[in-house]
Amino acid sequence: MFTLTINGEKVTVPEGTSIMNAAKQLRIDIPHLCYLEGLEPEYHCRICGVEIEGEPRLAPSCVRAVSEGMKVHTNTARVRRARKMIVELLLVNHSADCPTCERNQTCELLKLAFELGVKKVRFEGEKPSYELDETSPAIIRDPNKCILCGRCVRVCHDVQTVSVIGFINRGLDIKVSTFMEKGLGNVECTNCGQCIQVCPVGAIKEKSAVDEVWAALANPKKHVVVQEAPAIRAALGEELGLPPGTLVAGKMHTALRRLGFDAVFDTNFSADLTIMEEANELVKRITEGSVLPQITSCCPGWIKFMEHFYPDLIPNVSTCKSPQQMFGSLAKTYYAQKAGIYPAKIVSVSVMPCTAKKFEAQRPEMTDSGFRDVDYVLTTRELARMIKEAGIDFAGLPDESASQLMGLYSGAGTIFGATGGVMEAALRTAYKLVTGKELERIDIEPVRGLDGIKTATVNVDSLEVKVAVAHGLGNARKILDEVRAGKSPYHFIEIMACPGGCVGGGGQPISFDLALRGIRGQVLYNEDRVLPYRRSHDNPSIKKVYQDYLKEPLGEKSHHLLHTKYTNRGRV
Amino acid sequence: MSTALWKTKVDEVTKQRGKARETLLPCLEAIQEVSGYIPQEAVSYLRENLDVPSVDIYGVITFYGMLTTKEQGKYVIRLCNSLPCYLNNSENMLEVIERELGIKAGETSPDKNFTLEVVPCLGLCDKAPAMMINDKIYENLTEESAKKIIAELKG
Amino acid sequence: MEKILTKNIDKPNSQDIEVYLADGGYKALEKVLTLKPEEVIDEVKKSRLVGRGGAAFPVGLKWSFTSKEDGEPKFIVCNADEGEPGTFKDRVILRNDPHLLLEAIIIGGYAIGTSHGYIYVRGEYYPEIEVLEKAIKQAKEKGYLGNNILRSGFSFNIQLYKGAGSYVCGEETALLESMEGNRGSPDCRPPFPAQSGFLGKPTAVNNVETLANIPAIIINGGNWYSKIGSPGSPGPKLFCLSGQVNKPGVYELPTGIPLRELIENYGGGVRGEFKAVLPGGVSSSLLTDLDVKLDYKSIAKAGSMLGSGAVIVINSDTSMIDVAKNTIDFFAHESCGKCSVCREGTRRAREIITRFANGGGRAEELDLLLELGEVMYDTACCGLGQVAMSATTSAIKLFRDEFEQKVRE
Repeated sequence: MFTLTINGEKVTVPEGTSIMNAAKQLRIDIPHLCYLEGLEPEYHCRICGVEIEGEPRLAPSCVRAVSEGMKVHTNTARVRRARKMIVELLLVNHSADCPTCERNQTCELLKLAFELGVKKVRFEGEKPSYELDETSPAIIRDPNKCILCGRCVRVCHDVQTVSVIGFINRGLDIKVSTFMEKGLGNVECTNCGQCIQVCPVGAIKEKSAVDEVWAALANPKKHVVVQEAPAIRAALGEELGLPPGTLVAGKMHTALRRLGFDAVFDTNFSADLTIMEEANELVKRITEGSVLPQITSCCPGWIKFMEHFYPDLIPNVSTCKSPQQMFGSLAKTYYAQKAGIYPAKIVSVSVMPCTAKKFEAQRPEMTDSGFRDVDYVLTTRELARMIKEAGIDFAGLPDESASQLMGLYSGAGTIFGATGGVMEAALRTAYKLVTGKELERIDIEPVRGLDGIKTATVNVDSLEVKVAVAHGLGNARKILDEVRAGKSPYHFIEIMACPGGCVGGGGQPISFDLALRGIRGQVLYNEDRVLPYRRSHDNPSIKKVYQDYLKEPLGEKSHHLLHTKYTNRGRV
Repeated sequence: MSTALWKTKVDEVTKQRGKARETLLPCLEAIQEVSGYIPQEAVSYLRENLDVPSVDIYGVITFYGMLTTKEQGKYVIRLCNSLPCYLNNSENMLEVIERELGIKAGETSPDKNFTLEVVPCLGLCDKAPAMMINDKIYENLTEESAKKIIAELKG
Repeated sequence: MEKILTKNIDKPNSQDIEVYLADGGYKALEKVLTLKPEEVIDEVKKSRLVGRGGAAFPVGLKWSFTSKEDGEPKFIVCNADEGEPGTFKDRVILRNDPHLLLEAIIIGGYAIGTSHGYIYVRGEYYPEIEVLEKAIKQAKEKGYLGNNILRSGFSFNIQLYKGAGSYVCGEETALLESMEGNRGSPDCRPPFPAQSGFLGKPTAVNNVETLANIPAIIINGGNWYSKIGSPGSPGPKLFCLSGQVNKPGVYELPTGIPLRELIENYGGGVRGEFKAVLPGGVSSSLLTDLDVKLDYKSIAKAGSMLGSGAVIVINSDTSMIDVAKNTIDFFAHESCGKCSVCREGTRRAREIITRFANGGGRAEELDLLLELGEVMYDTACCGLGQVAMSATTSAIKLFRDEFEQKVRE
């Protein structure tokens, strides 16, 4: 332990603590832009500089470790002068179209400029005029807004190990880009969108479908259906004036109806459907002795990652489509038939916590209904913007349910949104499939929580089923390398690209705070506990869809509508 | 230059120095030397062999002044414009050479014979103004000597 | 003064190991191999030799820190990435006396306890690279490099790294990043390379000229060395004289020699009328006092820095706005771009100075530049950013009227 003084006050912290974190203990928040908890400090922004007695220059407090007897000053004229001038310098090189910027309400640079009292930018000079990277169907990068803090590069390399963006060029020409400036759409980008979650400004955002969805809603010839992923209900409230941790399933359904959607369903229903197919597939693989471990397939970020980096594991990946795409192919077949609507009239919209879902919906094979199965994908943030635009007082809305046919869901469906949720949901049903009995201890705690890799063994009659759960692609790599090496002890592996699972998706309200993602996950586990059905196979609407339309899991119709194939995409 | 040549060079370098990220710069320099630039296939080859992401390799290439992914002229002229050369009329030399070659600094001539670059200090300050053409040094340049050097290279 | 660093350079075939051996070459190494590593470090400490790359850190201390660190293996890296405009002294040693350098690196390796030595040499130094490659080969053949050197049980090898055209890689942490296959962006210190350097291991990084002092210190003793030149920073120094001077070149002189003497007695006087000098390359501040002594402390006291000893002379025909523009152009070009303050600071400074050069400056921008210079010094990560404004701000302070004449109406 070291004792130091900060602004004259003593504080004792463990060796290795940064000055910034030591200051936090004294309730001093040292301003910063490139530092972000959860990423290695890279001291690019130089805003967090503090005075240390006896040192000729300011020290970056994010990375400088404390030492015994150190005397630190965080609020001297010299420190304030430096911070202000650096913010001025960043502002003058920043394409500051603040009024129309996506991040107007959540921009860290804007906030900092205000808080530091930057009243005037004394420098005048040329603004950058780079071309936007619009090559990806999911993500747009605007280098003109980029302040080169490097957070996106660190999350892409260190957390996700996808490593498709990096610094290129030098000095004044430095920018964040892709190999040969090919653009995100032409490299191994998984579209996970974690770069959006860490960006302090509006340099990275989703490719919006809001205009297209408004146009569809306004078109009287179109019948617009909507599905919402499990994780939306755990986070949408944050964007609309409700505290984190608020379940807003009911208000969400109401708001969607008020926006003018003709049929409001729920992706949780098709999450249950996914479990029916995937659990059956797992049991089949185990009993038939085919390729194991089986790996989940509901996360499109993970799927594209696998197609680039682990194509040799394609046989291990479940052939089940994701809940979004299962819903999509049923909306224009099963629902069209039930409602007596010509499928070409149906516009299928999904609301996802995810940017990769925009890519997934556009995959050429996702047309098993005979049409584009999902037409438009909105992120949580985009839906929130539409709700605000429509003037809906979200917090004051009454609760409504989704329409039953494809909207009734079990607790197993809702926990899909948290890391470990798919595993838990699948085990609840797989147990029944194998044993004919219901799993007694339905809460499978070892696969819950925020550890990067979680493992469990579940006794299913005489068989010890070994499972593993990984979230964040860097963690996934560790598990996958074992599989590749033939050393994986597991039968079933769940992989989610984003840390925390879908509640931490690239389309969620901006945050990289893992604890907040944990709170969102807890919202889903809480909902699971109080829902009338907690197992996918108990959901009456699931029983009905098999009875009326699909006949049986893994059957011919299911195979056609609910399963898919993968592509070896190679490396760049 | 043929593809095989840079591959052979890279294999030589990795054999001698090991297949690791710290061999990246020597590999890139070897490719640049034999091919005159770093082709995209070479980056893929290095990615596979050294296990470094393509964007990182590209980031390294674009960081260093002597590495490039663009084909360069047969003669790469590096004219120093740092202060000691500047104080000895290097700007004038630049004008002369630009005029003689019909290209501006940073450009390659259409016939791919010349690439002209203005570079920082070459460590030839006692013989300013100075330049290098490929690995050859030219010192104490005057308008006449610069013209003559270019004329000789043009043939 | 007896030459120490350049004593061999004028000999015919000075690069050849036979020529080097004929005049006592590798004798220091032979002596060192009979000493304990601590004894070698003590001798260097006694010499009070400080680094000649610019930072002037005591060499004995650096080696001692590195040798005491726990990590293994350790490394010694010779920084031969000479790039400070106006500096061409390391080149003289590299080209003419490579064995002096190799001997010194081997001694350094022995002192800190490593078998792994590297020379990171400027990529543009083609002839010198060839010389070094040949010298390493010769030293191996003669048994001064390789396994079990002179049957001492000590093994040591030297590998070359070539730079690829980046000034900032001369900064030691950037140099190590470059060796590791990364962009040459400097790292934050601490930790220093002595604690965590190449591949995260304890690493001593020493400049060419610094190391070239070592064999003489070993042979003649640290006490002998400490009496040469200025007591505060003793030893011979290679001064690189360039710019508007009659006889530019590298001069080996004791530290502390007055600037006037260097220019008048060695450099053949100013070409034209003296106006100012940059005593430590474009990273230093302008001085107008010819009587200043050329040692680290005196120059620092005068408000500049001796740095690598690149003395650039400027005559009265030269516009100080042009000097400022040339230096800030250089730093804007060579900034790695990582630190916001250096990248954006050099970008704006360059724009402002360019406007002044074109007669379109704003009066208040002069004080803004002075403030920017101070903020960059305070906050930039590495030496490049900290001093990028030195020449510019000193030009404004010393020759403000030249700038004020270029304020737009």
